[in-house]
Amino acid sequence: MPDGGIGASTKRREDVRFLTGTGNYTDDINLRGQTYVHFLRSDVAHGTLKSVDTGDAEAMPGVIRIFTGADFEEVGGLPCGWQVTDRDGNPMQEPGHPVIARGKVRHVGEIIAAVVAESRDAARDAAEAIIVDIDDLPAVVDMKAALEDGATKVHDDLTSNLCYDWGFVEDNKQAVDDAIEAAAHVTTLELVNNRLIPNAMEPRVAVGDFNRATGDSTLYTTSQNPHVIRLLMGAFVLGIPEHKLRVVAPDVGGGFGSKIFHYAEEAFCTFAAKALNRPVKWTSTRGEAFMSDAHGRDHVTKIDLALDKDNNFTAIRTDTYANMGAYLSTFAPSIPTWLHGTLMAGNYKTPVIYVNVKAVFTNTVPVDAYRGAGRPEATFQLERLIDKAARELGVDPIALRRQNFVTEFPYATPVAVEYDTGDYNATMDKLEEIADLKGFEARRKDSEKKGLLRGLGINSYIEACGIAPSNLVGQLGARAGLYESATVRVNATGGITVMTGSHSHGQGHETSFAQVVSEMIGIDADMIEIEHGDTANTPMGMGTYGSRSIAVGGSAMVRATEKIIAKARKIAAHLMEASEADVELKDGQFSVAGTDKSVAWGDVTLAAYVPHNYPLDEIEPGLEETAFYDPANFTYPAGAYACEVEVDPETGKVTVERFAATDDFGNVINPMIVDGQVHGGIAQGIGQALLEACAYDEDGQLLTGSYMDYAMPRADDVPFYTVDHSCQTPCTHNPLGVKGCGEAGAIGSPPSVVNAVIDALQSGGHDVAHIDMPLTPSRVWTAMQG
Amino acid sequence: MPQVSMTVNGKNVAGEIEGRTLLVDFLRENLGLTGTHVGCDTSQCGACLVHVDGKAVKACSIFAGEAEGAEIATIEGMGEADGTLDHVQQAFQDHHGLQCGFCTPGMVMSAHALLKENPKPSEAEIRHYLQGNICRCTGYHNIVKAIMVASGQDATGIAAE
Repeated sequence: MPDGGIGASTKRREDVRFLTGTGNYTDDINLRGQTYVHFLRSDVAHGTLKSVDTGDAEAMPGVIRIFTGADFEEVGGLPCGWQVTDRDGNPMQEPGHPVIARGKVRHVGEIIAAVVAESRDAARDAAEAIIVDIDDLPAVVDMKAALEDGATKVHDDLTSNLCYDWGFVEDNKQAVDDAIEAAAHVTTLELVNNRLIPNAMEPRVAVGDFNRATGDSTLYTTSQNPHVIRLLMGAFVLGIPEHKLRVVAPDVGGGFGSKIFHYAEEAFCTFAAKALNRPVKWTSTRGEAFMSDAHGRDHVTKIDLALDKDNNFTAIRTDTYANMGAYLSTFAPSIPTWLHGTLMAGNYKTPVIYVNVKAVFTNTVPVDAYRGAGRPEATFQLERLIDKAARELGVDPIALRRQNFVTEFPYATPVAVEYDTGDYNATMDKLEEIADLKGFEARRKDSEKKGLLRGLGINSYIEACGIAPSNLVGQLGARAGLYESATVRVNATGGITVMTGSHSHGQGHETSFAQVVSEMIGIDADMIEIEHGDTANTPMGMGTYGSRSIAVGGSAMVRATEKIIAKARKIAAHLMEASEADVELKDGQFSVAGTDKSVAWGDVTLAAYVPHNYPLDEIEPGLEETAFYDPANFTYPAGAYACEVEVDPETGKVTVERFAATDDFGNVINPMIVDGQVHGGIAQGIGQALLEACAYDEDGQLLTGSYMDYAMPRADDVPFYTVDHSCQTPCTHNPLGVKGCGEAGAIGSPPSVVNAVIDALQSGGHDVAHIDMPLTPSRVWTAMQG
Repeated sequence: MPQVSMTVNGKNVAGEIEGRTLLVDFLRENLGLTGTHVGCDTSQCGACLVHVDGKAVKACSIFAGEAEGAEIATIEGMGEADGTLDHVQQAFQDHHGLQCGFCTPGMVMSAHALLKENPKPSEAEIRHYLQGNICRCTGYHNIVKAIMVASGQDATGIAAE
């Protein structure tokens, strides 16, 4: 068997270009005759747009043309990809979403005008000469205030600021209320899941190009899913058929969800390139990113847990307000509903659950998926609540969890999903070992000697990944399928090019996907190249998010490779004059069982393309296969996390001293890459728990508009992490037995951090039940003062 | 238009600039050295970090004109003469110190500058030094580890993976 198959920590091949400055990110692309666009954005949250006077600006040096909302009257709005149905069976309220504002502006950062010029500086200079007349309107920022009678409406043509009022599972509502009424104990918690700004390190970039000779448009863009952008922008916004539109997402510098969505700037650059017959480039500044990239989270929740006299969970009821921002971003409505409500069972066998979500329009940037997307919000509620319950009941928080764990699989939850496999006690056992929980009390005493309070926080998590079965999500309101595709092209001399619909923007697919094909055929991974990111040479795919790449994209690649092997076996049988049933493939060699006959992989591939001695009456020449894989179910990664913090009682400053994570990802392709995914997720979770918050003032002004105000985790905010994924219950319904690992860290880590801080404060005699994230020194110190 | 000349990765270069042209824009746009990245507008992310006369400088924080006559090193100039990765780059690859790669050039340049000042930095010193380099992917674990290894230290005792 060659090195570098499944299970090997193969070094990443993509690293060499990134380490030598030879990557090809979208901003590195410059086209002949290129122009530059600068977007003039609203500096007020809500107002009537009375006039946009571009006269002076148009006379500025280097200006080519200035576009306003009037230029986009014939152009479609940005589409929403998911329609949620409310409790009464009615569709959600769905406002129009213009590329450039018309009539009103509805959030700080909304595009008012676009200046195209010969240079970036010329465009920016001219934008300053545009005279915009806006009549300010009151802004709605607070979600509950937005739903009050008489509140200012974000969209005049909607009946209110309520996007939808969703109940799940509506038929369980009465049973849940009854169970809570009858409970021996009810624990209640009100909490905020803080609004975050994703902050992939590469800001968004779009370069539009138009070829007058062919009539083809091309968009280079920082996207996690170029085919989705091609479909949405082509079909719904610009009216360009897909065969005349190419979307390329080259090296992309991180996404975390924020680069899933179709943004106005992409449509603008593609539109303007055709209108001007010159390439049009936009490079976001970080400041623009803060006010135009979709934000994440932003839930306000009240949750109840009912327990019987033996501390068994009997019901969960949760009421959540979810911020949509001013417009519906591509997948926004699905995040607080189908990616959140369906996970409210967690790892526990609670018999009845009811989830209510009110999605609300406000004068803020649209909110959509951010790493974990709905599942961190579910996990945080549940795992904070269980910790609070354990404290109220005076029982061990780990024991309370273990007592209520789901232990038999498959398990159908009362919130409509079926966990295929898992072992939550195993990951908890492993956590107790790797986090050295036995040593905690000694470490706490050491901290106390330093005058610091030490706390231990534990939680479990489960997530639904491998998104998603198309038939199911279609019933739930998705306006897209969620399969994945792969084409495996075997070349005459045996090398392989795999074209995948998945997209890698940090996940290392070029390495790990090659490991899978290497393992299946038994040839070196160096003989396999992974192509992604260009709709011109990859089959229609849905891209990368929701920890779906290896589980769905990898499965498509396995299916295509299986077709390749089946055909290659027929060719090999012909070459060896043997029965196909007797031909085996091992280590890149076909042989006939029980004989010394064999042909090498390269002999078979050459025969496929030079078919002189070939069964042409049975099979076609060539060796190239495509497969589309639609998953039968979600996958359910799960695990247990432990965080130890020190709190300085003088200042309220929290320091994460130790962090341990045990994850069951099923089978693992490249352990090194999986470790890295978990590390990064944990840092984002620690960031959410202790540092990060997107803040608006009451007028809808964004207070956190740069790295001066928005606290990103730095190297000295986090410790080394102890991570383990040796507990493996393989997924039962995909060919690799994989579950996906991209989001786990961000889902599993926030509750353990907060649980640890509460534990530390309690150990110091402070009766603090909860503090909302981020747990800044000021919030912690204030809570300690009672 | 003002002229500027400097040495970049050992080669003499010159170009026309506006007075307001930042060094990072001169490197990226005039010289086509796109390995140096721009991740923010407030000189905090460190993706544009280069060496100016041997010192770590964020190339978005100085004008190109200020680098007149200076010796600049960028990520494209790193690595061994035979084209292989240098010990810092190699440690980053060996220990998975990068994911999307966008912050990576700045991280590598920062690591080189640190090791020049402090050849055997402790974990705490590395973390402190990297305050001006933001990474959103790795959680810093493997970056810190890679720098420890690049400085010849044993990183096997680091929290189990």
